[in-house]
Amino acid sequence: MAELPILDLRHVGKVYELNDQRIEALRDANLVVEKGEFVCLIGASGCGKSTLLRIVAGFEPPSAGEALMWDKPIAGPAPNRGMVFQDYGLFPWLSVRQNIGFGPASRGLPKAELRKLVDRFVDMVGLTRFADAYPHQLSGGMKQRVAIARVLANDAEMVLMDEPFGALDAMTRERLQDELLDIWQRTKLTVLFVTHSIEEAIFLADRVVVMEPGPGRIASEHRIELPRPRDVSSPEFNAVRRDLSARLHSHHGKKAA
Amino acid sequence: MSASVAAEGSAGEKKSRPGRMLWSRAKAVLLALIVPLALLLGWHLAVKAGMTRLIPSPADVAKHMVDFAVGGIWDDAFSATLHIHLFASMTRVYGGFALAALVAVPLGLLIGRNEQVRALLDPFLQLMRPIPVTAWLPLSMILFGLGPRSAFFLVFLGAFYPILLNTVFGVRSVEKRLFEAASMLGCSGTAQFFRVVLPASLPSIFTGLRLGLGLAWFVIVVGEMTGVPQGLGAVIMDGRTLSRTELVICGMIVIGIAGFISDRIVVAIMNRLLRWSPSHHG
Repeated sequence: MAELPILDLRHVGKVYELNDQRIEALRDANLVVEKGEFVCLIGASGCGKSTLLRIVAGFEPPSAGEALMWDKPIAGPAPNRGMVFQDYGLFPWLSVRQNIGFGPASRGLPKAELRKLVDRFVDMVGLTRFADAYPHQLSGGMKQRVAIARVLANDAEMVLMDEPFGALDAMTRERLQDELLDIWQRTKLTVLFVTHSIEEAIFLADRVVVMEPGPGRIASEHRIELPRPRDVSSPEFNAVRRDLSARLHSHHGKKAA
Repeated sequence: MSASVAAEGSAGEKKSRPGRMLWSRAKAVLLALIVPLALLLGWHLAVKAGMTRLIPSPADVAKHMVDFAVGGIWDDAFSATLHIHLFASMTRVYGGFALAALVAVPLGLLIGRNEQVRALLDPFLQLMRPIPVTAWLPLSMILFGLGPRSAFFLVFLGAFYPILLNTVFGVRSVEKRLFEAASMLGCSGTAQFFRVVLPASLPSIFTGLRLGLGLAWFVIVVGEMTGVPQGLGAVIMDGRTLSRTELVICGMIVIGIAGFISDRIVVAIMNRLLRWSPSHHG
């Protein structure tokens, strides 16, 4: 018997009703994610990738189908699934340390333990020198580190990332990608990562899920077999990129025709 | 990490130059004094040139102010009574303000958070809002009698709306993202109210408190038209009845300064509590 998948989406659909308009954001999405997998969702805007992520997060219920985590229906947000937003979503009135400790503190973790736990994660994302700074004093890359640490400190099994590095400059983005992979390999987290960058998806993922719009749906899945650490300038990497790029465009071509 | 290095650099720079800070503060004070001093000079010259016989000169007013504060010049009914009037007004201003804050902040939080409460109270409150505090004067005297209770009530009314409206605004403009972040971290329900809504709307609440306290000083003169024997508003009304313009001006100056100082205190508390906010550089 195969091991139970951490995430199992079965015929998941989402329809928004706006006044009299019916907008189908996602149709019949099927996706199985194994524990410890790094899965990237990629596609043009309107392909439902963020909607899918929000359903997994529990921020929105699916209008059709089932979203199961460990075989149990997802019913609202829970600490076992942590989201990292593109716009960070940090609490501006809390310091780096307090932001990272928000989840455990809400659960009433004793002070001494909380402090130890927070110190560990502040250190993990390399922000020890900025532990008492407030979010507005941090750069975008540092804010995103706090957002990641906040989810990890809360003991999330699955991290959901919605274009987390989209607002960062190229150098910071590369650095954070490396750090994320490093953390993922050390912690054996499961990551569901939304991006619109083919290169980012190939660099990070075990598996890339290509989505397409109108209505949003899953078009194809691709296992990335390149050994890690991956070199974005290698011919093998380029070959995969070319292949995936062609597929993305063929989906779009089909749509236009 | 270049941004972080830059941030540290500028912080270090600030600390290592206290002389520069002192100078920039002194410059700010000097700049702020230019307009009042010019006005004072204009006033002095206008009186000296005989443009008005009803307004005393700044020097006259200063003399009366000294008498009003410590006595020893005219020894009339108002000599050395400043502290009595100031204290009376302060109890009404802070009392009315505190009561307004005590009612308006929780009510604002409730209206901002709860759709039903909003539907119940918002139309009524909006209907009452355009009625000026002065219009309430006669009714307040009937309801609360001649005396300090009326003044207290009018100050309360004056401070109530800015606190309420800003609190409602603060609660309603909490970013949706923060609720999502809190709930995915395992904080929901009442805990979310205390750990997200309250801190997130604190800047707006403080803006409301600041405006409210300003208005409390603003309406104190009206509040003390209700026949109270003591208070800066009462002094101004007496000065008017007795045609003692210098007394009126003294009262005005004291209200101005007292209002200014209490505003500074609120701002200092605000900057301290809102250190995290980039728009409240504490």
